[in-house]
Amino acid sequence: MNSIPAIEQSAGRGAARAAARRVNRKVGGYDRRPAPFIYILLGIVVLIGLLPIYYTLVIGSSDPVSIAQKPLPQLFPDASLFTNFKNVIDAQAFSFWRAVTNSVVVAVIVSASTVLFSTLAGFAFAKLRFPGRRGLLVFTIATMAVPTQLGVVPLYIVMAKLNWIGHLQAVIVPALVGAFGVFWMTQYLEEALPYELIEAARVDGASMFRTFWSIALPAARPAAAMLALFTFVAQWVNFFWPSIVLNNTNPTLPLAIRLLQQNYFVDYSLVMAGVFLMTLPLLVLFAFAGRQLVAGIMAGAVKG
Amino acid sequence: MSVQSPVEPESDLAPAPRQPRRVGFSQTLSRWDVKVSPYLYISPFFILFFITGLFPILYTGYVSVHKWQLLQGQGDFVGLQNFADVFKQKDFWLSLRNSLSIFILSSVPQVIAAILIAALLDQNLRAKTFWRMGVLLPYVVAPVAVGLIFGRMFADQSGLINQLLGYIGVDPIGWHVSPLASHVAIASMVNFRWTGYNALIFLAAMQAVPRELYEAAIIDGAGRVRQFISVTIPQIRATIIFIIITATIGGLQIFDEPRVFDSTGSGGASRQWLTTTLYLYNTGWSGQYNLGRAAAIAWLLFLLILAIGMINFFATQRIASGSSGPSKKQRKAAQKRYEALRKSA
Repeated sequence: MNSIPAIEQSAGRGAARAAARRVNRKVGGYDRRPAPFIYILLGIVVLIGLLPIYYTLVIGSSDPVSIAQKPLPQLFPDASLFTNFKNVIDAQAFSFWRAVTNSVVVAVIVSASTVLFSTLAGFAFAKLRFPGRRGLLVFTIATMAVPTQLGVVPLYIVMAKLNWIGHLQAVIVPALVGAFGVFWMTQYLEEALPYELIEAARVDGASMFRTFWSIALPAARPAAAMLALFTFVAQWVNFFWPSIVLNNTNPTLPLAIRLLQQNYFVDYSLVMAGVFLMTLPLLVLFAFAGRQLVAGIMAGAVKG
Repeated sequence: MSVQSPVEPESDLAPAPRQPRRVGFSQTLSRWDVKVSPYLYISPFFILFFITGLFPILYTGYVSVHKWQLLQGQGDFVGLQNFADVFKQKDFWLSLRNSLSIFILSSVPQVIAAILIAALLDQNLRAKTFWRMGVLLPYVVAPVAVGLIFGRMFADQSGLINQLLGYIGVDPIGWHVSPLASHVAIASMVNFRWTGYNALIFLAAMQAVPRELYEAAIIDGAGRVRQFISVTIPQIRATIIFIIITATIGGLQIFDEPRVFDSTGSGGASRQWLTTTLYLYNTGWSGQYNLGRAAAIAWLLFLLILAIGMINFFATQRIASGSSGPSKKQRKAAQKRYEALRKSA
């Protein structure tokens, strides 16, 4: 009989492995190229993700009367889409460009500060030995399980005391650091930064900060870029806290788009045009950095 | 002699004693640099983290036992009165029901779908990166945007979903009327955004499964489905637990989608889709303007998440090690058989 154990006994381990791989291919193991229906199934999954975005373009190209008559007034987007974009930009309820500026300012500042402070702390946690290191790290990680809602009431009271309600700093300051960032950078630097490099720098007479700046920071770059990406996305879509501390005259984009829906008579062609305008920057970002997002999610998963 | 640790290289580096050396100022400075630097590096994070993260959490407890209105500010100490008031409100219990229902409708199908999609991706695909990016695409659509898009697709009148259902002979469903229907609609928004993301996490876990285990399974005569059930699922158990715990934390905090599901944002005419976080928002900042009560709700929500998280943790540990797939013992035995066969060659 030509079973694999028999092959292993007669022809050795290598032959048995090769045989296993052959069988593997036959019964559908890892090495084989998958059957076409796998691609079809994946295609359907991707399509489900795309359709709602396409739907915003179609409805965004329509007008309220057609939308009220037919669920799908047309099959393809057309030039009215740009008229509706313009109507969103010129909307009375809020200043569109102000909302865009606000969203960019918040997302950029928060991403930059999260990366900077997380890398500093991550470097210390990963590569320096000091009393209290382990305890502080475990404590930081544990707080990741605490829901953000638990702190919003006092945070609001503090913001009101500072007279920050309605101002952008009320959104920025509470988001400047996060436990996840520290956890992420610590994990990465532990593996990516060899002790030998730090020692070499120290032997050459570099101060601790010089070591951080010239050795740790460059080594941390890939993880820092991913952290910046995820933080940027999270801030761009953030809705709960801004809707507590900001108002209609000084909104971020998600708040502004929501205002389009709050009229007595809701024009969904405008709402969808707004939704698309709000999503577009992240779609562009995704086109350029989607690969990094995928890698970041998968890297975090193995360790987490 | 090599330097062992980056912490105090000076002592190791000092040359053999030739003549008594004066400890220079720069050396003292360097020693201090080494001692103090770690704390300097973690302090910006911890100072900010304490002010914006830890202090508010502790202070929530203080606010929750005081009368505290949005405009008037702090009032008298009232003990557990705020909690009692919350328990007396019908909306609180409705919000618990809704949150739990939406949470179950979103987490269970999401985890199952994510594992299946991950299994599709965990193959020798052509254009791997394309497919991985493809399933992740919905992640960059903001929850508010998803809520607005799906809110329209699930419109009661002239909505796309009802029309499609009409083609297969199903009567129009009152997505904004019936509690369960609205929960399904909102859960589908959550699933839309997170399924692909979780699929990538599962995919990473699946790729870490040692390929020898599959070879062993094939030698034992396992087909593709059997390999998935008996090798893949038990091997990614830790990840399944991790995803379920994060789904619990996220699922019970849902706010954006129900907030924009209709134009009033109050959770429905009879509070059909009022989630606990939305109720917290309404109590504090629209309607009751009662921060003391809102703080009490925040604590209750936290306890709920903790409780459900624990239940899930123990349940999934049980399930993953018990009924599905072979037990640890069986797995070990199978591995032993395989090793024995290899050695006997």
